[in-house]
Amino acid sequence: MSGSLAAFQDAFVAALTDAPDSSAGEVAELVAQPGFAVYRNTLSKGCVDALRANFPAVERLVGEAWFAAAATLYAREMLPRSGPLLEYGEDFPAFLQGFEPARELPYLSGVALLDRLWLEAFSAVEQPVLALAALATHTPQQLARQTLVPRAALRWRWFVELPVYSIWSCTREQREVPPTLVWQGEGVLLSRSAGRIGWQPLERGGCTFLDACAAGRSLEQAAELALAVQPQLDFNDLLGRLLAAGAFAALVPTTQSTLRKPS
Amino acid sequence: MQILGAGLGLKPEHYTDACACVADGLWFEVHPENYMVGGGPRLDWLEAVGAQHPLSLHGVSLSLAADCAPDETHLQRLKALAERVRPALISEHLAWSSWRGNYHPDLLPFPRTTAALRRIAANIERTQEMLGQRIAIENPSHYLRFEQHQWDEIDFLAELSQRTGCGLLLDVNNVQVSAHNLGFDAAAYLRRFPAAPIMEVHLAGHSQDDASSLLIDTHDAPVDAAVWALYRQLIERIGPRPTLIERDDELPAFETLLAERTRAQQVLDEVRSWQ
Repeated sequence: MSGSLAAFQDAFVAALTDAPDSSAGEVAELVAQPGFAVYRNTLSKGCVDALRANFPAVERLVGEAWFAAAATLYAREMLPRSGPLLEYGEDFPAFLQGFEPARELPYLSGVALLDRLWLEAFSAVEQPVLALAALATHTPQQLARQTLVPRAALRWRWFVELPVYSIWSCTREQREVPPTLVWQGEGVLLSRSAGRIGWQPLERGGCTFLDACAAGRSLEQAAELALAVQPQLDFNDLLGRLLAAGAFAALVPTTQSTLRKPS
Repeated sequence: MQILGAGLGLKPEHYTDACACVADGLWFEVHPENYMVGGGPRLDWLEAVGAQHPLSLHGVSLSLAADCAPDETHLQRLKALAERVRPALISEHLAWSSWRGNYHPDLLPFPRTTAALRRIAANIERTQEMLGQRIAIENPSHYLRFEQHQWDEIDFLAELSQRTGCGLLLDVNNVQVSAHNLGFDAAAYLRRFPAAPIMEVHLAGHSQDDASSLLIDTHDAPVDAAVWALYRQLIERIGPRPTLIERDDELPAFETLLAERTRAQQVLDEVRSWQ
């Protein structure tokens, strides 16, 4: 008997999502009733509203109608996986990347990614912030063999070709994107501290440095990697900015495995 | 333990007002799904409101009526949240929404068969065992007529309560909406609903779909006059129960919601004064 409820649920979901050949059997008479549209509409609205809440900068850039149309198409391809809808839209940036009507807006996918990173910083576990004083207790030689651990509520990203950070931050701050915008690569640092998510530009070397820290590299190795991609990098200035932004949770001895394998 | 009077659905826009508000019997309800996060400002706010007022977790995605066991990860996240905010009430719906790895953000209907009853009873038992707490199950809004129902809804809910010890959450607006859409008498339904298991009552607004003339449970309007009348009759019959004003869309100012909440509290106070 239990199988029949499962069969009903398979058929109901197929009809709800307009799967081909779905309106057979007992579900057919439900689909024929006017009330079935209520479920179709609620499903679609639930998905679109969740995406709207999760990608506010994208919606502000493209407008309500364009966003709703894109979100409806995305929801048809990709339903939420679970109830916490804050997590919905993981693949929305990738979807926009390949979305034909977004071709004129090559930065849109990156803007969506930053909305997503903002949410991740917003909902990450709380951790203490490593203070500058914690570094001062080590000699430079000791420090070189330590690893800085980025906080769970820290996100960073380097965009190779487009000024995604400028476009995103202007949009989030409800400012006009300046006409003087330079169309070149940009990076961003998002950090939550005391319940607020702050953002600031981050140079390419800074992004590489944080990637290396997250991979468990020693401070010395991470600095070398950062300087390799950006030889003019002022490393002390970078480290000062990161510490001031509350970027790190801890300073721990570098494990041997990461010491032996600098990439 | 504090007596729960009339409460309000809590939205992020109203966190500050909710923390500052003082009223006898006031409590707040949230969808736990919005707070199943590692940390951050949302959880901080919920804990701040919880420090001032009792909280209720009203789940929308446990999918108890799906023909499978509740998702263990989801149950664990719910348990972690419950341990953190110590809710006075936990509730879910007589509906399903998650199926084969996808979540459909809605409360979907099913044929009330004996097989479904067994499955849902097992799912409620698993949930109560995990949470170490009795939960309340809510009657959903209906838009479809099912030929395959073997059970009347009230009998089905009463049997679930009997088998699992769960409580019931009676949503008066859902009864009004379903009665209109399926053509039954809302007042008669409420008179027949068993009083003892009712742990909580919901009140909300609905809207009418002009094309189909169906009432839709939109939670985007003040509580309807007919629903207030049904509510008064219900409380006069069963006695005071924790009552929630639900509002999820077209959110008005906090004071506007508080006025509706006061109206429910007055009904509770009046009926309590007779006892």
